[in-house]
Amino acid sequence: MMCDTCGCNITHGNESLIRPGGKLARTQSGKEAVSVLHSLLDENDHTAKHNREHFNGHNVLAINLMSSPGAGKTALLEATIKALKADASRDLSIAVIEGDLETENDAERIRKQGVEAIQIATGSACHLDAHMIHQALHNLKLDGLDIVFIENVGNLVCPASFDLGQHLNVTLLSVPEGDDKPAKYPVMFRSADLVLISKSDLLPVLDDFKPENARQYLHDIASDAPVFELSSKDQSGMQQWFDWLFDQIEKQKAYLAEHPVASAHHHHHHEHEHEHQPHAEGNTP
Amino acid sequence: MHELAICQALMNQVESIAAERNARSVVSIVVGMGPLSGVEAQLLKHAYPVASAGTVAEGAELVIEDLPVRIKCTQCGNESDALPNKLVCKACGDWRTTLISGDELLLMRVELETAAEQASKPGEANEHGATIH
Repeated sequence: MMCDTCGCNITHGNESLIRPGGKLARTQSGKEAVSVLHSLLDENDHTAKHNREHFNGHNVLAINLMSSPGAGKTALLEATIKALKADASRDLSIAVIEGDLETENDAERIRKQGVEAIQIATGSACHLDAHMIHQALHNLKLDGLDIVFIENVGNLVCPASFDLGQHLNVTLLSVPEGDDKPAKYPVMFRSADLVLISKSDLLPVLDDFKPENARQYLHDIASDAPVFELSSKDQSGMQQWFDWLFDQIEKQKAYLAEHPVASAHHHHHHEHEHEHQPHAEGNTP
Repeated sequence: MHELAICQALMNQVESIAAERNARSVVSIVVGMGPLSGVEAQLLKHAYPVASAGTVAEGAELVIEDLPVRIKCTQCGNESDALPNKLVCKACGDWRTTLISGDELLLMRVELETAAEQASKPGEANEHGATIH
């Protein structure tokens, strides 16, 4: 297409032959066609990696909570913090990064539970990105924490595209939303490491929601994420969620024991020069 | 609409490539994306005039290449096309498949208008390309 216009005759099939080592090809006089093959999200992903290293350097597990608005992310965090505080055998130190729109409401709900909450005012933004998390991390002391929950903006579309530097994605699917959400939002649900069917206390009332259908739709998008039903309101199913959290913390510790972080103190390199060198091989068909 | 944010990231990449090559302007930009990238091609196209305004790429053509969803079955090894929300093996029906293609979001190519009239070595274009921005 483009190369028909400029006359350089480069196609997917011959690109690597024409440009060994990724050199640019000079086309007709005064024009260059530069082959790139860079993810559009390179810059975000670079910062996300940096955030992840920061979490790793402090032995903190970072969990990104996503769902549509009103699926119960904040309520789940409140119930989780409250229950774990009440159980002396389950000692977890938690902080929350809140990405709600405009208000401090959610952060205040979390702070009432005695846990530190950093609010990111996203304005009208529809998602969090790695740079916002990076900024929030400047205001959050990670020492002594076990888990940082990142409560993303309520939205089943946009947050799925942005790596924040989290270790795990947990996606809530609340019973009133309907069991076919994974078929409607495959990108979001494919990114989930765990799917929580929230507001399960409503299952007897909203009986057109069939948890087995939700599981089937998840299989249809080749998701092997475990699916738990739970209710922050009546506390049913919470134990399985807590077990999963502790299990993930253990896995993270084991991973970090095998892959020690290079230095305890990490240094911020805020300005990076990104070179635009074409990749040797692309992942295009 | 996260497409505006993504389009701005695209413009940053294009601008830095154009600056490296001492380009006077950008003729066209080719983006490759699959349906499982989470980005809508139409929304990206809508965001493009806004994001490119005032940049070296203002007025450049944005070409979007749609990349297909392809899966490979982990059980029987069959490869096939698939719908974004039906990634089940077409041969054996198993859901345990891996995605081979369909979640890309790539800047593939940029065509630049360079200052040099004659084919010159990359470093020499500097004198001619001083009027960028």
